[in-house]
Amino acid sequence: MSAPVGVLALQGNIPEHLDALRACGAEAVPVRRPSELAEVAGLVLPGGESTTLSKLLEAVELLEPLRERLRAGMPAFGSCAGMILLAREAIDARPDQHQLGALDITVRRNAFGRQVASFESDLAVTGVAGGPVRAVFIRAPWVESTGRGVEVLARVPGSVAGPASGKVVAVRQGPVMATAFHPEQTGDARLHDLFLRRVRDSVAAG
Amino acid sequence: MTRPEPATAVGTGGVKRGLADMLKGGVIMDVVTPEQAKIAEDAGAVAVMALERVPADIRADGGVARMSDPDMITGIVDAVSIPVMAKARIGHFVEAQVLQSLGVDYVDESEVLTPADEAHHIDKWAFTVPFVCGATNLGEALRRLGEGAAMIRSKGEAGTGNVVEATRHMRAIRSEIRALSRMDPQELYAAAKELRAPVGLVQEVAESGRLPVVLFTAGGIATPADAAMMMQLGAEGVFVGSGIFKSGDPARRAEAIVRATTFHDDPDVIAKVSAGLGEAMVGRTTTDMPEHERLATRGW
Repeated sequence: MSAPVGVLALQGNIPEHLDALRACGAEAVPVRRPSELAEVAGLVLPGGESTTLSKLLEAVELLEPLRERLRAGMPAFGSCAGMILLAREAIDARPDQHQLGALDITVRRNAFGRQVASFESDLAVTGVAGGPVRAVFIRAPWVESTGRGVEVLARVPGSVAGPASGKVVAVRQGPVMATAFHPEQTGDARLHDLFLRRVRDSVAAG
Repeated sequence: MTRPEPATAVGTGGVKRGLADMLKGGVIMDVVTPEQAKIAEDAGAVAVMALERVPADIRADGGVARMSDPDMITGIVDAVSIPVMAKARIGHFVEAQVLQSLGVDYVDESEVLTPADEAHHIDKWAFTVPFVCGATNLGEALRRLGEGAAMIRSKGEAGTGNVVEATRHMRAIRSEIRALSRMDPQELYAAAKELRAPVGLVQEVAESGRLPVVLFTAGGIATPADAAMMMQLGAEGVFVGSGIFKSGDPARRAEAIVRATTFHDDPDVIAKVSAGLGEAMVGRTTTDMPEHERLATRGW
């Protein structure tokens, strides 16, 4: 791959995403400035606090350049807070929260509850071979509804009781994918690999 | 420390340490009212610490400092969408049980409050809610991890507006980690004895060159440059206590400290955000501070 892949590095779980991308053989760089965004072939939006990330994106003048790159088809991968930012709409977010709108989904913020309800679970993910992914959900969102053209990659197992059962927690739409959980937390880079394949396709297509 | 996990599990080491991971590169601010919590959230705080009095006032007032009124904590929980932390006294496991029951996202077993037990910290493995604990050196940090803490903050000297103790503690932790990394594996047993820390954790730190949990700084950070210096010294994020709401313009100062934390390696940004912030909190020196006024010596 000629151009590096970026990780939005304003706040959150940045080093783990950089490590996972590098473990897959990609050149990975932190992105905090518009000039750095312009250099990358794809962008990971990490876990962090979505409210904080939304404010910082605006404050450092990355919001519009990022929207523009996404509109132009840049591949992107968001985990947790990253999923919330990429969504078209977020429920239970502050009214002034910015949405990038790259995924035609509605997410519910902190859908599973506060930290004491955070959990981990084995999850089968479409497109990921080699058995289930250990999914770590931390004050996580879920996907409340998906538009046409959105592919569901994973749901909460039916064995989980309550309103969370069967909820959509991983999606893909064109070059953009997102997970409500944190694949960067477990040292298992299969989802990053799935994302990088999409980045390579996009680079090859020019 | 790892135990076999069932298919789906809450309160695991992974989800406890994981929340701290999500706060990295961020600023956690002490707040005493829902209004202050909103100002903190507006400024870009990644979490707030709900407490009845900021450390500077606890110092000034004297007496016994305890967990805050549950009404005040739930008022703050309801006011913001970011995580809420709250403090329990060292060793006061029932205050911690109450905070878990209130749904706070992190419990700070804190030397800023008056210790409730002079020999035992809280057994933090017994809780679903994660804990952050203070440390002045590596041995203390590892003892807290042995008890189940999921995040460490260097203690500094809370309520002084003086960064010198935070610097001392961050440098101590980082240089002790570097020293372990250089040791022969056979020397780590004696190092564990010296540090008074569990040998398994000592080996893990020697191998990885870092703490197995997130390390924040705390205790005396009052300016954007203070926050940035602590980040450059190796902190992964910043707690600001009295420094914001004891200053002249809390909203602007809060925002400036957040920006300086994100761009801690860019002096141009730090210069820009430091300009025209108004009065910083009144600081006090720590060299002439009598032993009984020092909060960092609480805990062991």
